[in-house]
Amino acid sequence: MRALTYHGKHDVRVDTVPDPEIVNPRDAVIEVTATAICGSDLHLYDGVIPGVLSGDILGHEFMGRVVETGPGSTLEKGQRVVVPFTISCGACFHCMKQQFSACDNSNPAEKQDLSEPLYGHAMSGLFGYSHLTGGYPGGQAQYVRVPYSDVGPIVIPDGLPDEEVLFLSDILPTGWMAAENCDITEGDSVAVWGCGPVGLFAVQSALLMGADRVIAIDHHPHRLDLARRLGAQVIDYRRTHVLEALMEMTGGFGPDAVIDAVGMESHGMAPDSALDAVKQQVGIGADRAHALREAIMACRKGGRISMPGVYGGFVDKFPLGALMEKGLQLRTGQTHVQRYSQDLLRRIGEGEIDTTFLISHRLSLEEAPTGYRNFHDNQDEWTKVVLTP
Amino acid sequence: MARRLHRREDGHSVPLLALSAGAVLAAGALLWRSADRGLPGRPDSAPGRTSRRSRYGDYAVSGRTVTVNRPRQELYAFWRDFTNLPQFMHNVTAVESDGEQSVWTLRGPFGRNLSVRTRIVSDRPGEEIAWRSTAESEIETEGKVSFRDAPGDRGTEVEALVAYVPPAGRAGQLVAKMFQREPRIQGRREMKRFKMLMETGEVATSANRKSEDGED
Repeated sequence: MRALTYHGKHDVRVDTVPDPEIVNPRDAVIEVTATAICGSDLHLYDGVIPGVLSGDILGHEFMGRVVETGPGSTLEKGQRVVVPFTISCGACFHCMKQQFSACDNSNPAEKQDLSEPLYGHAMSGLFGYSHLTGGYPGGQAQYVRVPYSDVGPIVIPDGLPDEEVLFLSDILPTGWMAAENCDITEGDSVAVWGCGPVGLFAVQSALLMGADRVIAIDHHPHRLDLARRLGAQVIDYRRTHVLEALMEMTGGFGPDAVIDAVGMESHGMAPDSALDAVKQQVGIGADRAHALREAIMACRKGGRISMPGVYGGFVDKFPLGALMEKGLQLRTGQTHVQRYSQDLLRRIGEGEIDTTFLISHRLSLEEAPTGYRNFHDNQDEWTKVVLTP
Repeated sequence: MARRLHRREDGHSVPLLALSAGAVLAAGALLWRSADRGLPGRPDSAPGRTSRRSRYGDYAVSGRTVTVNRPRQELYAFWRDFTNLPQFMHNVTAVESDGEQSVWTLRGPFGRNLSVRTRIVSDRPGEEIAWRSTAESEIETEGKVSFRDAPGDRGTEVEALVAYVPPAGRAGQLVAKMFQREPRIQGRREMKRFKMLMETGEVATSANRKSEDGED
């Protein structure tokens, strides 16, 4: 089959690789009909995620048609499914608690050697990401082996086109969980750093959950415009002092909840950003965290911080004093996708949530390297790339 | 150090013994001397193997505890049939058992296999299984696995311990490390696989085809 593979920093290629097959009893194999490039794929593309090897098949947002099933699968050949990017067994303590991205069993035992020294525990397997998260071949390919296919895949009813449901795989539930972690109640204002796909879905979700106002922060005019069209007020951090503006726009309170939808490759206009950028170039483990620092400073006393943005290592100059003294709560994590699948599918079906506004470019799988380059270099115009094999 | 290693390798099959011991470790562990926990005079409640200083004389002891979301009896029964062990101990290629004595075939370095004979020294259904190498065995090792009800509804805490005499002392362990068969890593991998198998019916792998082993 053809698949998009990693060959090094800023070097991805479409190669011919062996087709997957059923390996474990609960597996299914799906033929991919649509797959997307995620903002977190750009962290891989930039070479800042540890444990990515040459030849790895990338991609963790994908859907398709079931073509093979193992004896323990509950899927049927021909069904259309969206596959969550988190691989979860459905039977361990964490899955029973719906903490699917903390699944104890999906990360192969031999892949956990580095995780324990780095994080204390191994996390769940993820498709198309790092070998720290299992090294599972990803979805930017013609076919994908899907483990625990009786747990993860979301069966899509006829009549819902691929583009309306594809983002159930990651960014829609990620934006949704980011807003849920804000514990929004009436009158709350929520500030969102980053108007990428997750940030935009967090804006949409926070408004659906009843936020009084949502303020989105970015510097790309088109992305700010998308946020505005969803109902957010916006701040361009290149024009405006973010902290001052947020205080003024919230009556001197500061936002009740803040969302860092940027993560480890944050940009910014402050000295810490420049220093972070240098450190990230010279060694593993130094994440750029300007957005997170600013979010903590902005958050009102006793407020909530939600951190869907991806981090992999360590940050310094972390305003721990502000976090403690202001009594903030920090919630984060890879998304427990399966927790939200049915509810979000229903909301899409009923027309409450539209995700297609995000898609800016449609390419073939063969054109994926172009997609990566442009998504990386031209973020204002390239908001989301959907690939069809 | 290199010279010392070299001399020992010439002397006996150091790496082989170390490796095989590592593999057995995976199996569970020795637990002679009834354990590792709760001994009178211990300064804290932690298992002895987590001590910063080794407390076991000539023995190397390694162990791992996992909580498995299944009932005790079921886990005990699966483990008690030693022929099941290769399903989660990837260094053990086969086990033949007559119930009391078992012959383990272990994967050694350079594609060489090694066999170890063990006998059951303790068998308390639903609670504990312990085994020890017999006198004619090439490796001196003991293992024990115990099963305790986990708090709440979390299933069973399964603790496996393996003790063995590292044939060439630290040099043997160093060589074993080079082969990625270091006992602590091996033991952790085996117990995680045991948990996977019991909870999900399969052992997780990222292999895309049956012919790949997915391990690197």
